Amino acid sequence: MSAYNPNFVPPAHAPVPLNGNNLVNGLPGAGQQQHPQPPPSAAQQYLAQKQPQQFQQAPPAAGAYPGAAANKFLPPTSAVVGGPPPLQLPPSTVPPSTLPPHLRPPPTTNANVNGPITNGSNGASSANSSRTASPRPMGAQPQQQPYGQGPVAAALGNPPRASPLPTSQQQQPAVANLTNSMQNLNLIPNRTNGATGSGSALPPQQQYPQQKDYRSLGVAMAQARPPQFIDDKGTTSGIAPNVMPSPFSGQKPPNLGPLPSKMFGTAATPDRPAPPLAGQRVAYGVPPPPSTEQQNQQNNNPQKAAPPPGTAWPAGIQSPQSPPTQQVQQPSPYAQAYPPPLQQQPLPPAVQPPPPGMFGTQPTGAPLQYQAQAPPQAYGQQQLPVQPQLAGPAAFGSPAPLNVAQQGFSRLWGQDTIDLMQNRHILSPATLPPPKVVLHNQFHESINCSPSIMRCTLTKIPESNSLLQKSRLPLGIVIHPFRDVNSLPVIQCINIVRCRLCRTYINPFVYFVDSKMWKCNLCYRVNELPDDFQFDPATKTYGDVTRRPEVRSSTIEFIAPSEYMLRPPQPAMYLFLFDVSIIAQQSGYLEAACAVLNRHLDEMPGDARTQVGFICFDSFVHFYSMAEGLNQPHEMTLLDIEDPFLPRPDSLLVNLKECKELVRDLLKQLPKRFAHTHDPGSALGAALQVAFKLMQASGGRITVFQSCLPNKGPGALEPREDPNNRSAKDVAHLNPATDFYKRFALECSGYQVACDLFLMNQQYSDMATISGISKHSGGCVHHFPLYQKTKPHMVDSFRTCFKRYLTRKIGFEAVMRIRCTRGLQVHTFHGNFFVRSTDLLSLPNVNPDAGYGMQISYDESLTDVKTICFQAALLYTNSEGERRIRVHTVCLPVTASLPEVMHSADTEAIVGLLSKMAVDRSVASNLSDARDAFINATIDVFNSFKIAQNLPSGQSGQLIAPRSLALLPLYILGLLKHPAFRVGTSTRLDDRVFAMDCMKTLPLDQLMKYVYPELYKIDALIYHARNSNSSTTQDDDEEEDEPLPELPRLQLSAEHLDSRSIFLMDCGTLIMLYVGLNVPSDVLETVLGISSTAELGDYVYGLPNVVSNENDVLKRFILRLNYDKPYSALVQIIRDTSTAKGQFIERLSDDRNDSSLSYYEFLQHIRAQVK
Amino acid sequence: MAFNFTAFTYIVALIGDAFLIFFAIFHVIAFDELKTDYKNPIDQCNSLNPLVLPEYLLHIFLNLLFLFCGEWFSLCINIPLIAYHIWRYKNRPVMSGPGLYDPTTVLKTDTLSRNMREGWIKLAVYLISFFYYIYGMVYSLIST
Repeated sequence: MSAYNPNFVPPAHAPVPLNGNNLVNGLPGAGQQQHPQPPPSAAQQYLAQKQPQQFQQAPPAAGAYPGAAANKFLPPTSAVVGGPPPLQLPPSTVPPSTLPPHLRPPPTTNANVNGPITNGSNGASSANSSRTASPRPMGAQPQQQPYGQGPVAAALGNPPRASPLPTSQQQQPAVANLTNSMQNLNLIPNRTNGATGSGSALPPQQQYPQQKDYRSLGVAMAQARPPQFIDDKGTTSGIAPNVMPSPFSGQKPPNLGPLPSKMFGTAATPDRPAPPLAGQRVAYGVPPPPSTEQQNQQNNNPQKAAPPPGTAWPAGIQSPQSPPTQQVQQPSPYAQAYPPPLQQQPLPPAVQPPPPGMFGTQPTGAPLQYQAQAPPQAYGQQQLPVQPQLAGPAAFGSPAPLNVAQQGFSRLWGQDTIDLMQNRHILSPATLPPPKVVLHNQFHESINCSPSIMRCTLTKIPESNSLLQKSRLPLGIVIHPFRDVNSLPVIQCINIVRCRLCRTYINPFVYFVDSKMWKCNLCYRVNELPDDFQFDPATKTYGDVTRRPEVRSSTIEFIAPSEYMLRPPQPAMYLFLFDVSIIAQQSGYLEAACAVLNRHLDEMPGDARTQVGFICFDSFVHFYSMAEGLNQPHEMTLLDIEDPFLPRPDSLLVNLKECKELVRDLLKQLPKRFAHTHDPGSALGAALQVAFKLMQASGGRITVFQSCLPNKGPGALEPREDPNNRSAKDVAHLNPATDFYKRFALECSGYQVACDLFLMNQQYSDMATISGISKHSGGCVHHFPLYQKTKPHMVDSFRTCFKRYLTRKIGFEAVMRIRCTRGLQVHTFHGNFFVRSTDLLSLPNVNPDAGYGMQISYDESLTDVKTICFQAALLYTNSEGERRIRVHTVCLPVTASLPEVMHSADTEAIVGLLSKMAVDRSVASNLSDARDAFINATIDVFNSFKIAQNLPSGQSGQLIAPRSLALLPLYILGLLKHPAFRVGTSTRLDDRVFAMDCMKTLPLDQLMKYVYPELYKIDALIYHARNSNSSTTQDDDEEEDEPLPELPRLQLSAEHLDSRSIFLMDCGTLIMLYVGLNVPSDVLETVLGISSTAELGDYVYGLPNVVSNENDVLKRFILRLNYDKPYSALVQIIRDTSTAKGQFIERLSDDRNDSSLSYYEFLQHIRAQVK
Repeated sequence: MAFNFTAFTYIVALIGDAFLIFFAIFHVIAFDELKTDYKNPIDQCNSLNPLVLPEYLLHIFLNLLFLFCGEWFSLCINIPLIAYHIWRYKNRPVMSGPGLYDPTTVLKTDTLSRNMREGWIKLAVYLISFFYYIYGMVYSLIST
C-alpha cells in the first residue's frame, strides 16, 4: 500500500464501492473512502480466489477443510454440520481480510455491511441486478454459469437427506442460510440469465470482434449456447466438477463478496449433511442448492412455503413511507451472519429438505428468476403472520424494523423506492444495470435478445393504452441491429420458416401446438411446420423441434435463398468524393484521408468484385479514369456543373483487385495534385449528381468529404448562422434550407446508394441541410469541426475514425422490418433511413455503428395476452455478395398493474427514446419546446408514480422515485445541458445539429456516454497497480489476465474532484484525464512520466508511454472502456490550471452554471411541480 | 324564374364542388393505400403533390364567384376552409416543387392519421356544401 494519497483508502478490490450501497443509501460518495475495514491486499484476494480451486482439485484435503472453513466464516450457531465435527470457532479467529466484507464480524460499523445488501435486494424478481453483482456481468457469466446451474444438478444428484431433522436450535442456521441464499439469489439470476441470454453470455474479450460465420451449425450452436450443454451434462451426471473451478478463476474481486458466503453458507447447512467426499465437492463447488431452489419455490408459491423466509425476515408491511434505505439494508446481513436469537415458529420439516420431486419436475436449469413471478403483494402478505420481534435489525438497534422488512421485500422484488431529495448521490451500480426481462413460465427457458441489441423502454408492457398514458412513460424500442457480435448462429436452410399471415420468422417465443404445427406469437395464426424442421442439424437427429437453432436463439442469421433477392446481390462498391477547394486544402484533411485509405485498401470489406472510384470537386468536378493499360490515373475535369454528366461510361469505377496499383498511385498523387489550388468554390451538388449516375447501376456507398459550404452549381447554399446569436434562447435554422439534398438522398435510396458524410468544416457549413444526404439514405455522419492538419490530435482522431469506417462490416441493399404483436404498431422511426411503408425501413447501407429507435403505439388493448414480442428482421447483402437475414426477437411480459409498469421502466432506453423524440420536436417546432418537453416528461413520470403508489399529495419535501427511474432526472439534466439541447451557452449551429444527429443515430450504450459521460477516480487503479506490483512474485503467470478493479462511477459534479487525484471522464469519443494540482509527483512520474503538473501543456493528447505498472493498468483500463466503442477514444490530459479545463468542467452536468440549474436545484424544481 | 349570375355561380360551384369531392376521395384513398403498404411513399407523394394547388385554387375560384355575386353566406361557410388551406400551405415542409407531402415524413403515424382525418373532413365539408349549392341554385332560379 502506498502512501501516495494520505486520505485515500483505496477501494481497490474491496467490494464495497462496487456494490456501492453507500451510494444507494445516499451516503456521500466519500463514504467509500471511509471504509473502516482495511482493504484486503491483492495477495489475500488471490487467496480468497484460490481457496475454492484447491478444494476442487484436492478433494481429500477438502474433506476436512471445508467444514473448518465454513465454521470459521459463519457464526457459531451455524456450525452444526452433519458431516464434519462442529468446530465452533469464534469468528474472531478468522483472518478478516479473506472474507468478503459482508461476512466479516459486524460489530465494527454499519458501513461494511452494506455490501451484500444490494445483492440481496436485487435478487429474485427484479432483474436489474446484473451489473450490481458484477459490473461486467457479461464477462463473468459463462464461467459463472456452472454455478448457476450447479444447484439443480447437485440437488438432483444428491437429494438432501432428511434424516437429521432440524431441531429448533439447528433451525437458526438454516434460517441464516435462507437469508443468505436470499441475498445470493442475485447471483443465480445473473448466471441463469447469462446462460439464457446468448448475446450476453459472451466473455468480454470476445464481445466485439467481428462476427464469425459458422456455417457449421454445430460449432455455431456450441458457441452460442454453452450453458445448455453444461446444464444438460450437469443434470445427467449429478455434478459437474470439471466446470467448477472456472468460476473462481474467472471471478473478479468484487464478485468474491457474495460467492464465498454462498459456498460457506451452504457447506454449513445443517439440514443437508454433505457426503464425505463427493458431497464436499458439491458443497463447495456448487452453491446452496436446496436453499436457493427452495427460496425460489417459495417465492413462486407463497402459500406453500412462505414461512421459512418469513422467519428470517422481519415482517411489518404497514407503513409505506420508509426512511432512506440505509437501515433497510441492514437486516439481511445481520440476519445472515447472526441469525435471530429466537425461533418461535419452527419450520415445517416438510419444507426444509427440498422434496426431490420438486426438482425433478423442474426443467433442467430452469432460470430461477423466471419463477419469481408471484405478485409481491401476495408474498408480502404471507409474511405478515411472522413475528416481528424476530427482526434481526431490531436487535442491532435499527430504528425502524417494520419499514425495514417492507423495504427489504420490495427491494427483493426490485420495487423499492428512493427519495431523490435525500439521495443526491444516486449513481450507483444498483441503479445502473438495465432491468432484466422476466418472462412467464412458458418461456422461462427462452432466451431474449441481448439488451445491447434491442431494448424496450418498459420491461413490462402495460396492457392498454390508458395504462400507458397513466404511467406517462414513453413506449418504444431502441435497437442496434447490425451490432458486431460474435458467435452469431448462422444457418442455411432451404425454406425459412415464417408465419404465412404476418411473415414473422420463427423464434423462441412461438408456441408449438404439436410437432407439426406452430402458433405465431405475433398474429396468433397456426402454421404448419415443414418436415425438415424436425431435423436438428447440430446433432443430426430428427424429432425435437425445440432443438432447432431458430427456436433456441433469439438472435439469428439466415442465409437467404433466392426468393429474397430482387436482383443478384450487388458487389461492394465504394465511391469517394473529396472536397478540394482552398478551404479543404488549408485544413489538409486530404493527406490523412488518402493515407488511411491507402493503408487500409485491402481491409475494406468486399470480394473479388469490389469496385472503387474517386471524384474530387471544387468549382468543377474532377474524375479519375483508371482504365486498363494506363500507367497512371487519368484526370478529366467537368466544367459544366449546372448540367453534370459522366465524361466516360467506364473506368471511373474500377475493380479494386485489378487496378490496385493505379488506385494506390492516385491516392498518393491526390494530395499533391491540389496542394496549391486557390479555388474557393465547392460544387457539392454537381459532384453528388454525377456520383449518383456512376453508382446508379449497382448501388453502393458514396463517401463525401466536405469542408465548406457548397456554393456552386446545384444545391448551392447560403450561410444562415448568425455567429452573434449562438447562445440565444431560440435556435433557428435547424431545418434544411433546401430539399435538394433530401431529394437526392431519396433518389439514392431508390437505387440502393447510401451517402456518408465526413464534415471537416472550418466555418459554418450548414450541416442541417447537407446531412440530408445521409439522413434519408441510411448513411452516417461524422463531424470534425475545425479540422487542421496542424492539430495532431484531430488528425489522430480522424484517422482512427476513418479507419474504423473503412474496415467495419457493411451491409448493402438492406431493408429492416419491425413486427410487433397484434395490438401494437410502430408509431415513429428514428435514425437514418427512408421509411418505405409503415413497418419497413429502407437502408441502402447498414453499418454496425448505427442505432435506431421506434416509438410504439397501441392499436388495441392487450388484455388477453401474457407476452408481446417485437421482431426486427434485417435483410442485407454482405460484402461477399451473400444475401442474409438477421433476426432479433424480444419478448416482454404484459402487466395490468401501474406500479409494475413504473418499476420495470428502463431509464437508459427511456432517455434514449426521449432524446430522439426531442430532436424531432426541436426540428418540427423549436428548441425550447423540446426542453420543456424533457422537463414535463420527468415531472409527469414522478407525478404518475406518486399516484400509482398512492402517496399523499402536497409538498412533502420528498421526491419519491422507483429505483428503476431514479436516474431519470440525472440523465434529463445531462440532456438539457448537452450541446444538442443547451441554451445560453455558445454552441455552433453545426455542432448542435451534429449532436442532434448523434442523438438519433447512436446506439444506446454510446448515447448514454454521450449524454452522461462516465467519471472515474482512478486512484484505485494506481493503488491496484502498486499493490499487484508486490504480488507479482507469486503470480507471475496471472499478471496479464489479472482483472482490473471495478471503479465506482462518480456523478458528474465538481464535488467529487480532488486536487490530489487523477480523474478520468469517458465521453465516448474522447477520454479526458483530469490531473489535480497536488497529485504526488511519484504518481505523476509513474502514470504520466512527468515530475510535476507544470510540465503538462494546456492541450495534451494521448497517454504517454511509461514503463510502469500504473501506466500499464491505466492503459488497460482505458482499453476496457474502449472495448465496446466502434473505435478507440482520444485521450486528452487536462491539467487543473490549463485552459482546457473548461472542456472538462462544462461536462460536469450536475453542477450549476450560468444558465442552468444544478442537479439538486433541478430536483427541487421537479419536486415543486409534482403535485 | 330567371337565369342570372347567381344561378350561374351556383351551377359552376356545383360542378367545381363535384371535382373537389373527387379530389377528397382520391386523397383519402391515397393515404389509405399508404397505410396498407400498397404504394411507395415517394410515388404516392409524387402523385398527390401536383393536385394540392389545383384543389386549393379551384376552391378559391368558387369563392371568388360567390364574392362577386354577393352570396355572403356561401362565402362565409367557405372562409374557414380557405384559411386552413392558406395556413397549411404556408407551413408546408421545405420542398422545391409544389405540394404538401414529404415522402420522408408522410409515413409517420401522426402525419398519416392527420392526413386521413383531413381527407375525411374535407370530403364531408364538400358534400354538405354540394347539397347547399343545389339548394342555392334552385333558390336563385326560382326566387326571381
